[in-house]
Amino acid sequence: SGGKGESTRTILRVVILFLIAGAAVASRLFSVIRFESIIHEFDPWFNFRATKYLVANGFESFWDWFDDRTWHPLGRVTGGTLYPGLMVTSGVIYHALRALTIPVDIRNICVLLAPAFSGLTAFSAYLLTNEMTTSPSAGLLAAAFMGIAPGYISRSVAGSYDNEAIAIFLLVFTFYLWIKALKLGSMLWGALCALFYGYMVASWGGYAFITCLLPLHAFVLICMGRYSTRLYVSYTTWYALGTLASMQIPFVGFLPVRTSEHMPALGIFGFLQLLAFLDYVRSAIPGRQFQTFLFFSTAGIFGIGLLGLVIATSAGFIAPWGGRFYSLWDTSYAKIHIPIIASVSEHQPTAWPAFFFDLNMLIWLFPAGVYLCFQNLRDEHVFIVVYALFGSYFAGVMVRLMLTLTPVVCVAAAIAVSSILDSYLNAKSPSPEEVAAAEESKPAKQSALKQASKPVVGVYSLLSKTVVTTAMLIYLLIFVLHCTWVTSNAYSSPSVVLASRMPDGSQHIIDDYREAYQWLRQNTKEDAKIMSWWDYGYQIGGMADRPTLVDNNTWNNTHIATVGKAMSSREEVSYPIMRQHEVDYVLVVFGGLLGYSGDDINKFLWMVRIAEGIWPDEVKERDFFTARGEYRIDGEATDTMKNSLMYKMSYYNYNTLFPPGQAVDRVRGARLPDTSPTLNTMEEAFTSENWIIRIYKVKDLDNVGRDHAAA
Amino acid sequence: QSWDKVVVNLVNYYQEQTPQRTKLIDAFMAFLVAVGGLQFVYCVLAGNYPFNAFLSGFSATVGQFVLTASLRIQTTEANKSDFPSVSPERAFADFVVCSLILHFFCVNFIN
Repeated sequence: SGGKGESTRTILRVVILFLIAGAAVASRLFSVIRFESIIHEFDPWFNFRATKYLVANGFESFWDWFDDRTWHPLGRVTGGTLYPGLMVTSGVIYHALRALTIPVDIRNICVLLAPAFSGLTAFSAYLLTNEMTTSPSAGLLAAAFMGIAPGYISRSVAGSYDNEAIAIFLLVFTFYLWIKALKLGSMLWGALCALFYGYMVASWGGYAFITCLLPLHAFVLICMGRYSTRLYVSYTTWYALGTLASMQIPFVGFLPVRTSEHMPALGIFGFLQLLAFLDYVRSAIPGRQFQTFLFFSTAGIFGIGLLGLVIATSAGFIAPWGGRFYSLWDTSYAKIHIPIIASVSEHQPTAWPAFFFDLNMLIWLFPAGVYLCFQNLRDEHVFIVVYALFGSYFAGVMVRLMLTLTPVVCVAAAIAVSSILDSYLNAKSPSPEEVAAAEESKPAKQSALKQASKPVVGVYSLLSKTVVTTAMLIYLLIFVLHCTWVTSNAYSSPSVVLASRMPDGSQHIIDDYREAYQWLRQNTKEDAKIMSWWDYGYQIGGMADRPTLVDNNTWNNTHIATVGKAMSSREEVSYPIMRQHEVDYVLVVFGGLLGYSGDDINKFLWMVRIAEGIWPDEVKERDFFTARGEYRIDGEATDTMKNSLMYKMSYYNYNTLFPPGQAVDRVRGARLPDTSPTLNTMEEAFTSENWIIRIYKVKDLDNVGRDHAAA
Repeated sequence: QSWDKVVVNLVNYYQEQTPQRTKLIDAFMAFLVAVGGLQFVYCVLAGNYPFNAFLSGFSATVGQFVLTASLRIQTTEANKSDFPSVSPERAFADFVVCSLILHFFCVNFIN
């Protein structure tokens, strides 16, 4: 009957895992069912465009694709400046489905890629947790948590075709393979770990997290005196193969030997060689003095290595940390030196409610799970502890890194819940007499005092079992409700279409973005250059299919500052800039009529700041504030503000919508003057239904050579 | 004072206690160190212009050294308790697979 119970359990496991995968996929489909199957947000539009290019032109031309329709007039060497993992994955799926005679549109594959991979993420969380504990339920709980936790759903709903869609699966799976390799001390598992690490490097810039976490884990193990030959085999195999694998990606190239982010991995690699050698010598020659000598020489060489690294970094052989990475340590660095990093909303520190919102009860089970890891501290538990510490720190510094914290929270919380359930869900109660008898029958190795002080442990009463189990069950159910509610209300709205409710409760869709992009696509010539703020670069490239000046890949800060200067200067200054860059149309986003707060007037100060960083004499942030230091757009606004191109383009003819004296900006809550700003160098080409997107055509030079204001 | 003694002890221990096969592995490792050292010296003397070529050549020797060291560790009798699930044959098969992966990456990277 033992065999039969075993097979029943296996079937149950498989069924439960399939149900979890089903729930993970289903809970991500809100936006597809409510709206339609489209790509959301900004970045995914570039990924989608690149995937279409890959599918249409094949892998080789994708690999060295020079894109001349972005960053006009510079262009972008796309093949060497992207992580190709996501596109290649969906390209492979596309061709595999075609080979199976299931021709699916590439857009649907891109939209549904993230939900599909979330099922795999849940499965790898199951595998990872099973390595941590012997409890049969922990893995399944972790899979269930991982499947529906909003912290992960927020980046992987259907339509969110971003790198994180597959990267989190690869992250968790690489960690699983690492733990497996470390436990078995097997080269093959180390090599598998390196291969998946390579895949992760190909997919997401967050691979640096793995590159730093694995050496840190190894280092902590060494410091705890847990160096073993298994650690040597698994780490060095991973490093040797993984580093070579990561260097195959053109975007990464020589970074693994040249930048500071990768130096911990190299340092631990060298340190392990030394340790292995000393370990061998120690086994060869016994002797107490020699061991102390070993200890000191190890510490000494480690110190010298660290010193050499510092010297090499300061001498410039090794590049220092990049700005994005550095701002994780010095949290005020980005705000002072690199406004473009600080201007992104998801690079802000996390507030407390966000942790509860994204993880609900997992966040208070998480420390308990980490504590339980301390109780039987084996090598793999050290990993969870290290990961938990660093994951929490990074998630506290930056909102978007909540994503890398979520896997370890799910694993630790699952360990905590399963240990509660294992203790309280055991139907067989020990009777006190039996326990006492068992205690007495043990050989009297322990001292009498110790035995006397030891309480009789065990859960006896059925009542306490029922109460605790029921409470846990209710929490779990509430967790499911919370996750569904959060996913449905907070994370399932495509930013391309804005949904609002009519007074009778029916849904009203505001579709101005696509209206305007479609207008651009159909009514402008094929190579008309569009100037807009960088936020909309990818969407214009993806939906309107027109060349842009700047886009969300903010690789050239000066070029962005040029656009910022053109937007924030007087027309006489902006017009030559736009002529020089062959701009045909200028696109601004204006939410004043509808109360849409994410518009360009609210982003305007960032344009000013970024432009001021390059031309401090020509653009000054101070000039955009009133004498009392207020940022105003009504009659009291400063002259610099009123004469800036952005202000003029946003409010051009806006007062004609209202009766005299009634023109109101609903976002800023301000009453506007009755006269419209005058635009001399450009003419209004298109304004969408709700005035969210306004497109202006840049006028040609005057026929008889006058300047535009005189003409 | 005891340094020469330590070295003599070490050499004696090595010659007496190491099986023939392990010595063969050690010879290969010494060869790899020599090749890697030569490449490095050449890089220092002649400059690192095709940096990818230097990196792939050098990391091929380093990677192969590390994999061979892992094989040596796994096949050593004294370490048997550390690797309950890895038989010597399994260790050798793993070694072959990992070396193949390593060489694929190196050949791909050298262009």
